[in-house]
Amino acid sequence: MLEVRNLQVHFPIKKGLVFDRTVGAVRAVDGVDLTIPRSTTLGLVGESGCGKSTVGKAILRLVPLTAGTVTFDNLELSALQNEELRKARRHVQMIFQDPYASLNPRQNVESIITEPIRTHQLRTGAAVHQRVNELLDSVGLPRGAASRYPHEFSGGQRQRIGIARALAAEPDLIIADEPVSALDVSIQAQVINLLADLQEQLGLTYLLISHDLAVVRHISDTVAVMYLGAIVETAPAEALYTNPRHPYTLALLSAVPVPDPVVEDSRHRMVLQGDLPSPSNPPSGCRFHTRCVYAQSRCEQDRPVLRELAPGHQVACHFAEEIAVSISATRGGDVVL
Amino acid sequence: MSEPLLVVDDLHVTFQIHGGRAVRAVDGVSFAVRAGETVGIVGESGSGKSVTALAILGLLPSRGVTTSGSILLNGQQLLGASEHDMQDVRGRRAAMVFQDPMTSLNPVLTVGRQLTETITRHLGVKRDAARDRAAELLDRVGIPEPRQRLKNYPHQLSGGMRQRVMIAIALASDPALIIADEPTTALDVTIQAQVLELLREVVRESNTALVMITHDLGVIAGICESVNVMYSGRIVESNERHHLFASPRHHYTRGLLASVPRLDGAQGRLVPIPGSPSDVIAWSEGCAFAPRCPAVSDACRGQAPELTISPDDDNNGTLRCVQPAPVGMPVWSGR
Repeated sequence: MLEVRNLQVHFPIKKGLVFDRTVGAVRAVDGVDLTIPRSTTLGLVGESGCGKSTVGKAILRLVPLTAGTVTFDNLELSALQNEELRKARRHVQMIFQDPYASLNPRQNVESIITEPIRTHQLRTGAAVHQRVNELLDSVGLPRGAASRYPHEFSGGQRQRIGIARALAAEPDLIIADEPVSALDVSIQAQVINLLADLQEQLGLTYLLISHDLAVVRHISDTVAVMYLGAIVETAPAEALYTNPRHPYTLALLSAVPVPDPVVEDSRHRMVLQGDLPSPSNPPSGCRFHTRCVYAQSRCEQDRPVLRELAPGHQVACHFAEEIAVSISATRGGDVVL
Repeated sequence: MSEPLLVVDDLHVTFQIHGGRAVRAVDGVSFAVRAGETVGIVGESGSGKSVTALAILGLLPSRGVTTSGSILLNGQQLLGASEHDMQDVRGRRAAMVFQDPMTSLNPVLTVGRQLTETITRHLGVKRDAARDRAAELLDRVGIPEPRQRLKNYPHQLSGGMRQRVMIAIALASDPALIIADEPTTALDVTIQAQVLELLREVVRESNTALVMITHDLGVIAGICESVNVMYSGRIVESNERHHLFASPRHHYTRGLLASVPRLDGAQGRLVPIPGSPSDVIAWSEGCAFAPRCPAVSDACRGQAPELTISPDDDNNGTLRCVQPAPVGMPVWSGR
């Protein structure tokens, strides 16, 4: 089980030619709590610049933490150093967005996949080769692929190689950062199904980072919505999509195009004004108040904290109940579409 | 109904690859767009949808590219027109909005300079008047404080703002036709919703004809009146959008719909199309989709299926398949 408590990642803004002066900080992640039970999937959604990828990197300690703890199966990842950290990383692996950029073009597939096996000394001798074949089978690539190079494969196949490399370390947790967004529509479904099958077979735990709300709904058990470095709503997937309570979640859901003209013609659109504010100078109070149609004066001063509205359903909004009442009064039951 | 503004007829584009092999990127595409109408072209990478757009505006390189067929804009033949004539068409009568606003705006010129350049070039007005018009245009596409924004460089604007600037440049000379190639693919969903709303507004208010090129079936469903589905350089199915989504008949269209996860969670396990878009056979040897088609039979190989009026169907859809799915079988049974 993965527990993230009060995670903060601030990147300093430096100025000066000779002496570096720190003149401010980009608050990329500013107090995030996450819990992912074993063998389940948490979908972390948000728009570009909200800090979702930084959360993924911070869990793996690929960026320095400003504050907070990350605990995985009673092992405090955030306290480890050097050799211990390197060993612990075997349990947490990452799948990247761009299958073209995340594989070394000069390494053949066998070499790519055996690297984690050798680094962590999981197999020796002939067993290594056998393990590579097993991994290729499990991600649906032909065994002959082992001797070939990344450029010989299509985008979807390369993503399978990336998944095989992640599995080679025999991880418990996989952080998948936009694993399908670079792929063609018909190929996305293949990779999504593969991730679901592997979870079932191997009992993997997933942190799925994505901007695609439909993909997230499809494979997540729990969903957390991020805005400007903080989580604004988290709930079981079904509850979040059928009964969203934060105005930002509402706006996000209403903006996703649905491939059905009947739905598209009749939906209630909540088009947000303006752009995401800068995380180096976030708005006071509720960070969403500058774009929120329900904002009131209190929202400019008080920063709302996550509070539980229903079991497992937490929302950071002062007026979540009032908004829900006004929406059901104007639209009837159907909130999303 | 009015005469079509743009008529593309039997368009072929062939790229001669260095070393001999020729690639037919667009292989006999025909469609028409009327004023005030939005027509969608949907397909995956390599289907030829972007090359079609570039061919219409004469933006393909001249070396190693052969084009044939006919592209009529208001009766004027664009295919084979001189560069001088095309420059007059581009910007004044037809404009294009590209996917990535960062690479299609000049990073070392201010937004104002890039807008006024288009305006002075095509409308023949003085600098000051062009500046006023530029501010007006930025205001129209929903950019706050347009006068200040004119002095900004592209990197000072967000992605959504840059795409609005691109649309403002496209609108500068009030074109009759706008071709938008994946205009919202690089944008976040909430910004995408803003940009799509803006395009809808432009079509409604200025009676512009819009050709929308995208891979996103959701965008198509929301904005286009009729849809052309392309696969491997050819249109395989086209129909009015309600008919197309309610009764998709080509197995590729059906496969695309079945492989997209739905926001309303209406489907269970996704049904992907097997293989990848590069697993094609040449149209001369049969249906290019045959290697990936779940309903493939011997009739699919040997000769290319023709694009015909959808059989057994009373709407005006066309279809390129010898064994289409029956009429009235949606991919999803609804929510």
